[in-house]
Formats: sequence, C-alpha cells, structure tokens
Amino acid sequence: MRNTRALSPIFELSAPGRRGATLPASDVPYAALDDILPADARAHALPDLPEVAEPDVVRHYTCISQLNMSVDTHFYPLGSCTMKYNPKRNERLASLPGLLDLHPYQSETSHQGMLQLLFELQQMLAEIAGLHVVSLQPAAGAHGELAALMTAAAYFRDRGENRTKVLAPDSAHGTNPASAAVAGFDAVTVRSTPEGYVDLDDLKSKLDDQFAVFMITNPSTLGMFEKNIRPIADMVHAAGGLLYLDGANMNAILGISRPGDFGADMMHYNPHKTFSGPHGGGGPGAGPIAVREMLGPYLPAPLVAFDGVRYRLDYDRPKSIGRVRSFFGNVGVLVRAYCYIRTYGAKGLREVSENAVLNANYLLSKVKHIFPVPQGERCMHEFVATASKIKAERGVSAMDIAKRLLDYGFHAPTVYFPSTVKESMMMEPTETESKETLDAFANALFRITEESPDLLHEAPHSTGVSRPDEVKAARQPQTSWPKA
Amino acid sequence: MQPEQLKFAKTHEWLHLDPATKTATVGLSAFALEALTDLVYVELPKVGVKVSPGQSFGEIESVKAVSDIYSPVSGEITASHGELADHLDKLKSDPYGEGWLVKIKLADEAGLGELLSYGDYQKQCAEEQH
Amino acid sequence: MSYLFNTPEDQRAMLESIGVGSIDELFAQLVPDEARLHRELEIPPAMSELELTAQMQSLAAKNTACSSRPCFLGGGAYDHFIPAAVDALASRGEFFTSYTPYQPEVSQGNLTVTFEYQTFITRLTGMDVANASLYDGATAATEAALMCLEATGRRGRVVVAGSVHPEYRQTLQTYLACLGVELVTVGALDGTVSAAEVAAACNDQTACVLVQQPNFFGCLEDVEAIGMAAHEAGAMFVVSVDPISLGILKKPSEYGADIVTAEGQSLGNPLHYGGPYLGIIACKSEFVRRMPGRIAGQTVDRRGKRCWVLTLQTREQHIRREKATSNICTNQGLFALRATIYLSLLGPHGLRETAELCARKSHYARSLLSTGTRFSSAFAAPTFKEFVVRDNAGAVEQLLADAEQEGYFAGIALGRWYPELADCFLVCVTEKRTRAEIEGLASVLTSSPAGLTAELANHHA
Repeated sequence: MRNTRALSPIFELSAPGRRGATLPASDVPYAALDDILPADARAHALPDLPEVAEPDVVRHYTCISQLNMSVDTHFYPLGSCTMKYNPKRNERLASLPGLLDLHPYQSETSHQGMLQLLFELQQMLAEIAGLHVVSLQPAAGAHGELAALMTAAAYFRDRGENRTKVLAPDSAHGTNPASAAVAGFDAVTVRSTPEGYVDLDDLKSKLDDQFAVFMITNPSTLGMFEKNIRPIADMVHAAGGLLYLDGANMNAILGISRPGDFGADMMHYNPHKTFSGPHGGGGPGAGPIAVREMLGPYLPAPLVAFDGVRYRLDYDRPKSIGRVRSFFGNVGVLVRAYCYIRTYGAKGLREVSENAVLNANYLLSKVKHIFPVPQGERCMHEFVATASKIKAERGVSAMDIAKRLLDYGFHAPTVYFPSTVKESMMMEPTETESKETLDAFANALFRITEESPDLLHEAPHSTGVSRPDEVKAARQPQTSWPKA
Repeated sequence: MQPEQLKFAKTHEWLHLDPATKTATVGLSAFALEALTDLVYVELPKVGVKVSPGQSFGEIESVKAVSDIYSPVSGEITASHGELADHLDKLKSDPYGEGWLVKIKLADEAGLGELLSYGDYQKQCAEEQH
Repeated sequence: MSYLFNTPEDQRAMLESIGVGSIDELFAQLVPDEARLHRELEIPPAMSELELTAQMQSLAAKNTACSSRPCFLGGGAYDHFIPAAVDALASRGEFFTSYTPYQPEVSQGNLTVTFEYQTFITRLTGMDVANASLYDGATAATEAALMCLEATGRRGRVVVAGSVHPEYRQTLQTYLACLGVELVTVGALDGTVSAAEVAAACNDQTACVLVQQPNFFGCLEDVEAIGMAAHEAGAMFVVSVDPISLGILKKPSEYGADIVTAEGQSLGNPLHYGGPYLGIIACKSEFVRRMPGRIAGQTVDRRGKRCWVLTLQTREQHIRREKATSNICTNQGLFALRATIYLSLLGPHGLRETAELCARKSHYARSLLSTGTRFSSAFAAPTFKEFVVRDNAGAVEQLLADAEQEGYFAGIALGRWYPELADCFLVCVTEKRTRAEIEGLASVLTSSPAGLTAELANHHA
C-alpha cells in the first residue's frame, strides 16, 4: 500500500504551470517595479523552486512522514534524549492566537499575559533547580551551556580572576567541551571510574588556580546519581571554581533532589526533554539557565521582572554578558514547558521522576540477563547495557541489535555513546511507557540474541530502506538535488 | 618503499629522509590506516607551512572518527599530496608509496632521535592491540 | 496523571522484579540523603486539562494578538501568510514527535525533508551547500563569522555594518568577546554603509565583512561594492538576507557572498513572541567542512536503493568535542520542515508574487508616510518591505502608543538601538496588509496629536 510516487523527492513531482498557493492581486496604486527596486538589484529569473499543486504537497509530506518512527507511533528508548509523550493539550494551548501571534517587539502593555507566563516559568524553574535567577534566552541545551560558561567567565573577569580551564568528565556529552572552547576556555577531561562516577583523585589533581568551572552531568550519562556530589561541590568551591550542572537528566530528580541544594552554582534545563516539548525531528529545543544569586547580574538580558503590578522586560543589567541570540527565547518550547509543569504540579513532578526511575530499573532488571549492565543493579532514569559479550562470541554488534529492534517495531536505544562503555546501548524508557511495553521490548531483545548473526548483520529487513552507505555519502557528499 | 627502510613516530606516521636534499617524506602507517577503517577525507597543510615535532599538520577522517596527523620533525612543508583527497584508496593500497602525505624540508635534527625502527614500531602496535 | 501508566499493581510487580520494597527504598539506594529534598516543591498544584485550558486562555486574553489587528511590526520577525497546509502537515506526530535521524532506516521522512530544505536554500541563495538549520538569524550570522575565523586563519577582527540587525550584532559581540576577536562596526548614517568605509575598516587580520540585505532599515545595500571591498582586503563576505526578498532580489552568489545566512521565520513560521525560529546558513563548497550543524546527504542502501543519511558528521561536537567547528547539537527541524512545505506550496511564482506584493505595498505606504509635513522618509535608499519614517514632531513613543490605542501596531521605535534615530521608527508592510489598512495607518499616524502643542494639533486638525 506504499505510494511510491508520493515518496519521491518533491522535485520529481514538479510540472511547469502547477502551484500550491495563490496570492491576491496588488490592491495599491500601480508603480513601475523599476521605480521601487532598481533593476540591477533584482533577480533575472524566477526562484528555482518546484511547481506542485497543493494535493501533491499534502500527499508527499503525509506519505514521507510515515517513514519516520516517532513517540506518537513507537516506543523510543533513545538514551539521553528523554523521548517522553508530548501532550496534545500543550499543542492546542501553545497555539492560542493570544500566545502564538505575538510579535517580539510589540509593546509591553500589549502582552502582559505572556510576560506573566514567562515570569512564572522563571520562578518555577528556579524552585525546581534550587537556584535563584533564571534566563530563558538560550535556544537549546548546548546554547544554555555556552551562555552559562560565558556568564561564569564574566563573573571571574569582574572579580579580577584569570581562570581559563573548564573540566568535564570523559563520559560527558561532546557539547560540554565544545561549549567550553566556544566560550574561550581550555577544555580539560576528568576521568570516570568504571561505575561511572567522577574519579576524585583525577579531579583533585586538576583543581589548580587556572580552574574555572567543573561541568558535571548528574545523574550521569550512565544514569547514576553521583554519590560524591557534595564532596565534589566542596572541592570545586574550595578551589575557587564553580560547579555547573548539565541538566540533561533532570527527568530523574524532579522534586527529589535539587542541583542548587547539592552544590551546583549554575545549570541548564532541556525543557524539550524534561518538560515534554516535541522534538520535531531534531529541534527546536530550549536551554534556560538557572544560577546562584551572585551570578545573576551576568546572565544574558533581558529577564522578565515584576513590580507587583506590571511585568516588564528588564534590559537594565549593566554586567550582563549581552545577548546570545535574537529576541526573547524559544518561547514556543517554554510555553509547552509551562503547561507541563502546571499540569503536574509539585506532587506530580515528583511522580514523573519516580516512575521514570521505576521504569528504567524495571527494564534494567529484565535486560541484565540478556545484556550485562556494567554499572550494576540500579540506575536512575536510564542505564547502559553492553553487547560486548555477544560481539566477542558471535560477532553481533550493538549496531546489529539496534537495527534489528527496528524490525520488531521499537526505536533503537542510543548506541556507542557513552564511548566509555564498549558496544554500549543506552536505554531510557521514560515514565510515559507501560509495563507491557517494557516487557515486550525486553522480550524482543531476548529473541534477537537467539537469531542468526547473518540475519542480524543485514537488519533491518522490514523498513523501507536498509542500512545506508555512509562512506559513499561522506566521500562524495551530495547534499542537494541536482539542477535540471 | 618497504617499511623496513622507514622510520616511525609513536603517533603512527612514517618518515623517509633523503639526506641529499634534507627533505623528509611523511605518511601514515598501514597499521594506523587499518585501524581507521572507511576513510572519507584527508586534510593536508598548504606548502610553506612551518611544522615542529608533535605538532598536528592535518587530519584524517573516517565516517565517525577524526584523527590528527602529527609532524615527526621540524621544518617547512614543501609538497602536499592534495590529489589524495580524491583517491583515498591509495592510502590503503600503497601506504608507503603512493599514499605519502607531505614532504618536509628539515630545519634541524629535532624529533629525528625519537623515531622508531620498523621492528620497534611493530612491537608498539602489538602492545596497543592488547 | 493521564500521561502515566503504572497502577499500584504494576508498581508492586515492577518493584518485585527489581528487588526493592518501595520506590522510596529505591531512591534511598541511589541518591545520598544529603542530596535529597525533604519537602515538596513550591509549585502550584496540578491542573486538569479543563483547568489548564482556562488558565492559558486567561493568560492569552491579557495579550493582544497581532493577528487581531493590522500589524506593521517587522525588525526581523514578520507577519507573512502561512497556508493552512503548512500547519496541517507539520503537526503530524510522525514529524512532530520524532528526533534526530540517528537511525536513518526509520527516519527517511525527516531526512528527505532536510535534503529538500537544503536544496531549496542552496537554490534561493546560489550557494553550494546548506545545513539542516541553526537556531535563528542572529546565531546563524554569528556562526558564519566563526567559520570565517577558522577558514581564513585571521583571528583579529570581524567587520560588521551598523545596518545589520542590532540584536544580531549584540549576539556577535557576545561570542567574539569570548574569543578576543575585535568587532568593528561601520556606521550607516544614510541608512546604508559605504564600501569605502568598509574597506577602511578591514585590516590584514580581518576574517570577514558581514552585511544584511535588505538591511535592518529595509534599505538595499550596495552589496556588490561591499563584497569587492571585503575580498580585496582578503576577508570573506557574509550576507544575512530576508529569504522572502530572494523572490525578487538577486541571489547572494551573484554579488560574491561566501556564506549566506538568514532568519527563516518568514517562511511559514509563526511569530510566537520571537522563537523558536529558523537559522539558515549556506556556503560555497570549499567551506563545507567548517560548517556547523547537521547536513543530510544522498546515498544508497545495501540494496542499491536511493536514500538519505546524516553526513560529514566528523565536523560535529559529538565526535570532535572541544575541536568541533561549533557546540551546536540540535537544529530547528520542525521549522525547516515548515519552511520546506511553505516553499513547496508557493513555488517560483508564489514566492515572486509574495516578494513583489511586499515591495509594492510597502512602497505605497512609504509614499503615503512621506508626503505630508509631519513625516518624512529617513533614508533615500530603495527599500524592500520595511522603511524608516522620521517623525518631525519627535514624539515616536507617544505616537506609536496612540496608534496602538487606535488599533494599529504601527512600527518599532529605533531610539533604543540608534540614539541618533530617536525620532524614527521602522514600518514593515507584508503581502498580508491591505490598501485599507495601509491608508488607515497613514491616517491614524497623521492625525495623532502626539508631540504637537495644542495649537499645532488644532492647526493640523
């Protein structure tokens, strides 16, 4: 029942003379185009776009959408990405014209409701973090990291301290060192123990007078709560540095543990993960940052302020690092986060984390007999299993297993990250999955281990395409449709 | 060129020195190229660039990894094997001949003393595999 | 809670499989007591869907949607027509709730869209390669400047036109300050920058020259001359464009751009109070390995079937870590999708007509607002869909507030960014504005008593 014609790239559906939208005729008094825009600034030809009728556009994008796995259609245990259910009510509410059709430069008096929403969100994010001041400006988690590191740099500069090093564990996401470099710091790696904790001796040896910030992901990428977090925070502070929390894994600790309470001075949220913003095939996200009081003056401006009567944008922040993007922030994602937090309330948020951790531990208890989980018997919201045994014994890789899972109707876990575990498969079920789904997934994993290696090497078998030739794609990159 | 005639850096570059012109030809060892798998790109320096021992002068990429290429010696790049980018197969089919990367006119002796013989290099590789 | 599944019975069975007595016991094993929060969060209590709907409606009611009145606001965020099919298709869960195509076999929908999007962007700009998108217009321009630092090896200076969007320049300043790179701004006193002044601002450590076309004031820059000045100085030429304008204006490739960036919000994306938007970036092929973000490429699968995959991934932070070209991880996939559907629907004629309508209507508005004594055109240069009006009575803030009272979002005061233009405001006219709305705006502004003494006001009346 696959409509192969509709699946062709839109360029193959084009026929001269067709169009998918019509515009009204000009209703203003006629003027010659030459009198409006000089001829030498104008294009010689029409833009080079396909010509397709609206029904073809609808059929094409509908049909190709069906080639995707998504949270709405499949279990999506992609570790570190928190692929939880995206509530439909949030979509409807974020699209209310009074929230959607607001121009970033319309007067403050004409959008007091939006400013109130954003102000309340600032407060709620501060409370969940156990920190004091929140900037909603950054556009994504990595952008939040960068903005926070810039904030830290401004803080140290203002104090007359020349600190140049940012530390991050070897298990950290690649954005950590990359953000450090873009913010002008030298990135230094701190070793992890095999259980996924920070190697305290290695950390200690790197806390010199050049040390500025230690970026820690807690719970870690392995899904472990850093048991030494308080001593680590004390060491960092004693060395005159700041502790940064990568909030990628906040879904495990909402209402259970607060970064500010365990010693973090600054953090970013990934509201598209923790607070259920749809991932949109790769974005948008948002990356609000929360910091301790003393760092507040350096945050990107503006923040939303409230004097008890009116809400306003506070630009009067002379120590601010400035802007990290245009306009206020990724408001569409923030509105959904607001809806999500208000839907759950304090008790509910805690239940989110409790069930996320319960589901992950349950899945771990089912998987560990099939694939060893080197970190042990327990995890927070996610865990990392390894296929290294089956790889050694039968030549079946984590990638083979990931691909075969697609045939069983499950999205694959994250594979080969973190690189500190060989043949790793990082599984994050989230709280919005049932026990039946987790049982079915564990069962699929088990059945895969009994299948022939040849079958697995060639998986997936039931998807529209099999494994793409990535070498060809990278050697002779073809990144756009050739011209006719 | 046979590997026995070459010197090797711990970072897997090979070097052949022409004593007459004091010019070294540098490439990557077969062991390193095997470990990289599925090469997709090599980035080499422009002629005239100055290098010193241990300094990265280029990069070699496979689909999902990228590695620096380090200069074993000190001097100036006098030739860069630009056509390699379009003929990556040469790297693996003839790593010690057609797969050469750059030629470096030596400024001094720096780095030469650190280089390994083929036999010692093979021992190092055997250890790395464990 | 409606999004959770586990019944008490489920929980019991799961805890048993795990081997703990309770969820509390589980957390006690995982999180040290000293790191536990021993109280409830101070957050308002839960809300049902009905209650939440009422709450959001009450917040929305305190805002004036610019769809509810004639909106002449622009400045980088535009009220363009969005065909219904864009919303209908982009809200499909298969697009909306999927993620980065780590498993290309089950992401061919998103990859096809990204490939189509990249193709559209390269064709509109004349560049060789586009990426899958960046955050917004400001960060796209900034990332382009960072690319130039790497590509030229010149790390001393970036030259930017003062007529580039002020918030783009502020963003650039924030990033460059961290890297110790000087940002030199060339003034645009007549609404545009002069190529000679750009040339004078470049030194042998200048990585690039960045201009906007049309610029923040809506004016057309002499991009050909500026591009030549940049190249003569050995610097790269980066142009930030309005993608709608490419329906009628020359492609940046025709005037020598090395990298083209844009804010893609105009292409079928809602205003949403400033974000999320769509950062567009495209470049000549020689710079592709310096380009940040994701790129989709065409290849074949094991059976030889045409398909798409993320490619050139070694540029990215997950492989290169601190040596990556950028720290960017996500893109704006959903908004690139919307832009792709929008451009598919409009096609060559629709985009041309949209651009032409913007030009014609704003030209008419500009002529209406420069005929009387109260207002004049601040700059002589030709404009595309925005233009700067000088209020000769010098009462811009009051004037705009009065117009709002009369039901018009009339424009954006420029004084906050350009003190010398404190008596000026920026007016934007898209294809959506009608002749009646334009004439209504002119009438409301012309009859405003703001800034006039009572006597003068009477005289005007």
